[in-house]
Amino acid sequence: MSIKAKLTNWSNSAKRYLDNTFVFTLIAIFIGLITGAIILAFAGFNPFESYWAMAVGIFSKPKYIIYTIIKATPIIITGYSVAFAFRTGLFNIGAEGQFIVGGIVAALAGYFLHLPPVIHAMVAFALAVGAAAAWGAAAGYLKARFGVHEVISTIMLNWIALYLSNYLVMSPAVKRAESEATHKILATARIDLFGVWKVSEQGMAWRMENRFFHDLLKPDINIGIIVAILLGVMIFLILKKTTLGYELRAVGFNKDAAENGGINVNRSFMSSMAIAGGLAGAAGALQVLGVSLECVNLSNMEGYGFDGIAVALIGGNTPAGCFLSGLLFGALKYGGGKLQSMMGAPREIISIVIGTILFFTAMPKLIRYFTSRINQKREEK
Amino acid sequence: MKHIDLSKKVVEMIGVTKKFGDLTANDAIGLTVHQGEIHALLGENGAGKSTLMNVLYGIYTPTKGQIRINGSPVEISSPSVAISQGIGMVHQHFMLVKPFTVTENIILGKETAGCFGKINMNQAAKDVSKISEKYGLQVDPLAKVQDITVGMEQRVEILKALYRGAQTLILDEPTAVLTPQEIKDLTRIIKNLTAEGKSIILITHKLKEIKESADYCTIIRRGKHIGTVQVDQVDEQQLASMMVGRTVNFKVDKQNGAKGGPVLEISGLHVKDNRGLPALKGLDLCVRAGEIIGVAGVDGNGQSELIEAVTGLRPIESGSVSIQGKQINNLTPRQIHGRRVSTIPEDRQLRGMISEFSIAENMILENYYKPPFSKKGFSQTAPIKENAQTLIQRFDVRPDDPDYRAGALSGGNQQKMIIARQIANNPDLLIAAQPTRGLDVGAIEYVHKALMAQRNEGKAVLLISLELDEIINLSDTIAIIYEGRIIGLLQNGDADEKKIGLMMAGHVN
Repeated sequence: MSIKAKLTNWSNSAKRYLDNTFVFTLIAIFIGLITGAIILAFAGFNPFESYWAMAVGIFSKPKYIIYTIIKATPIIITGYSVAFAFRTGLFNIGAEGQFIVGGIVAALAGYFLHLPPVIHAMVAFALAVGAAAAWGAAAGYLKARFGVHEVISTIMLNWIALYLSNYLVMSPAVKRAESEATHKILATARIDLFGVWKVSEQGMAWRMENRFFHDLLKPDINIGIIVAILLGVMIFLILKKTTLGYELRAVGFNKDAAENGGINVNRSFMSSMAIAGGLAGAAGALQVLGVSLECVNLSNMEGYGFDGIAVALIGGNTPAGCFLSGLLFGALKYGGGKLQSMMGAPREIISIVIGTILFFTAMPKLIRYFTSRINQKREEK
Repeated sequence: MKHIDLSKKVVEMIGVTKKFGDLTANDAIGLTVHQGEIHALLGENGAGKSTLMNVLYGIYTPTKGQIRINGSPVEISSPSVAISQGIGMVHQHFMLVKPFTVTENIILGKETAGCFGKINMNQAAKDVSKISEKYGLQVDPLAKVQDITVGMEQRVEILKALYRGAQTLILDEPTAVLTPQEIKDLTRIIKNLTAEGKSIILITHKLKEIKESADYCTIIRRGKHIGTVQVDQVDEQQLASMMVGRTVNFKVDKQNGAKGGPVLEISGLHVKDNRGLPALKGLDLCVRAGEIIGVAGVDGNGQSELIEAVTGLRPIESGSVSIQGKQINNLTPRQIHGRRVSTIPEDRQLRGMISEFSIAENMILENYYKPPFSKKGFSQTAPIKENAQTLIQRFDVRPDDPDYRAGALSGGNQQKMIIARQIANNPDLLIAAQPTRGLDVGAIEYVHKALMAQRNEGKAVLLISLELDEIINLSDTIAIIYEGRIIGLLQNGDADEKKIGLMMAGHVN
């Protein structure tokens, strides 16, 4: 093969490569990081040192990686929630409220029910998911019955969920004395690993002898990430392999044709919103059962659901994509804290990085335009 | 041809090539239009007619080739350049502001304003009247566009182009939305325009119209320039063969089959439209086994509502719809489908298919939840694929790949896919709504044969179409729909175009 032929061959495969959404996302992430670097430089920080500090802060110790995963778990799952709804033609802005509903139900069930270990956690989880699914289905019902657009109804349901949760948290039967939070859930409902043991006398003694594990056990290790992986697989199967998934996708792509084909579009809206709600509720439940162990009186929304929108967008609305972009988000958020503590740089820089990534992910056309220009120039030469 | 001035070439496209990535939509096409000439551009869907005209109108820039206007080369980089070069385009879908008056629409973007930006509407209306009289384009300058007929809307679009100084007018499928009488008016207008020295480029796939009005015809097939002919020296058959690349059979074999009992009976049907206004006002119709009933009418007289009411997509206010003697009023689409009713929907991309799905997934749209396609809630890949392969073979869908994305199929193959699915359901009643809309001659031939085969097999076929030729060609009985009622039934033998046309406009003798 001549060099020229090789070159065109290479350029062709490069072109095909650039058509790939995954590659676009990587480019968007790269541009986001560069934008962050420029802003860091303007603010008087060495961008290389800053990013190095972040990388060290995320990867240098197993403990840090665990913290990153714990941060990522809830937004991976709220990302699934948004992505699932989106794949079926609905825009679920309500993951935030569904997350809150899942959290408060898990907290209540974790404290008031008395069940054996494991079973208690599973029951609390199931109740939380069920309640949040109903919360999501409410938006689906409003759309099906009265034509209320789900964006409007889910935003309003978010606020209702927030204040309902606060009301419950602060009610005398639920509120823990001298706090603005619920009672801690019972040990039987907890899904963290070694959570009780590691702070017991025996556990502390063992940890003193095993310094490596002592460090490793500092974060609230829990089984959330495993549940997240299972949920991801489940969503994939529902969408691709089941009759329900066929129905939901058909409605998502073209509800008029689906209706004509005999699919009950209104029921599909409700099923889809219920599943999306259940997913976000699962995220809230896992957070309470595995990390916070309580619900607090919130002055404002925590943003897990809203982050889920960004995670879904960057993840291309696929379960695997959400998983990866959720991890990226978790890492950036956790590493952003390091930026502040180690470099003295404001952590808001990370929000700018995330914003830029989102901006460019949402504009594949722009990147395509740039790459085609570059290709053209190369061809002209 | 007396108006053509062969010494004045108003538009010359020389070796125009347009590529989209690896796809060559236009491959070195040449087109010359003289002053006063009506030049038809003929080709199947996807042949590259619209691409070529979009290049001329500045929407696309050509990859290669040159455009000359009145002899001098120009680079048409945008529609505004095209307009300044005297090229006007009337799109298939009109681009008018509905709540504005005719005059407001015509002067939109070219308003001459007085002090403080006040538009002198009286002067504008006078200008509009002047142009419309000159070319015989009757419009009411003060009427709002939402209140006028489709034919008049089209005249407004033509006036809009003329007001902007168009010398050459591109008309994209101008007759698709018109009644036979309106088509006659349009033909007359086009001739007036050429008499005044304007040139017309007519994009169409209707051979009859080309024969009636055009002077020259350029044929494009798969992006390539097949030839340019003088229309009076060829016949329709020759044009069709050039367009499709093989000989085409226009006539459908109609056997004299025995009619059976009534399959679909509609009586006193009342249905409202989307705005809540009555659309069907006591419609009666009966379709028997082994016959095709063709519903002819001008668009918007209740055809869509009729289809939707029968297929369960639109609530029935009063009256009754029965299949095989059993009432199906307000059943769900799935229940009606269960009564062995299949529908080829009016708008295939809106109602008939899911573009993002594969052919295989589209082939099970009504049956996805039934075995063998679904077992215990799980989709069964192998039977789904097998089903698609069988239907693809039987109905000659191309490409023959079950995993091919439906939206990427050509219009004709999309329609074949839908027809395959509907016929495979083995219905008692087949409703075919606009079954050949936007299809090329080859595909139309195919669809017509398929419908006729259903009739000959003893199925009841309800054909609803705006193409009068299609109705006359296929139907045993023609039902004329006007303002939500069937105002007359004509046996095919004594139906001629003129008679039907008059009835479509509401004249019952």
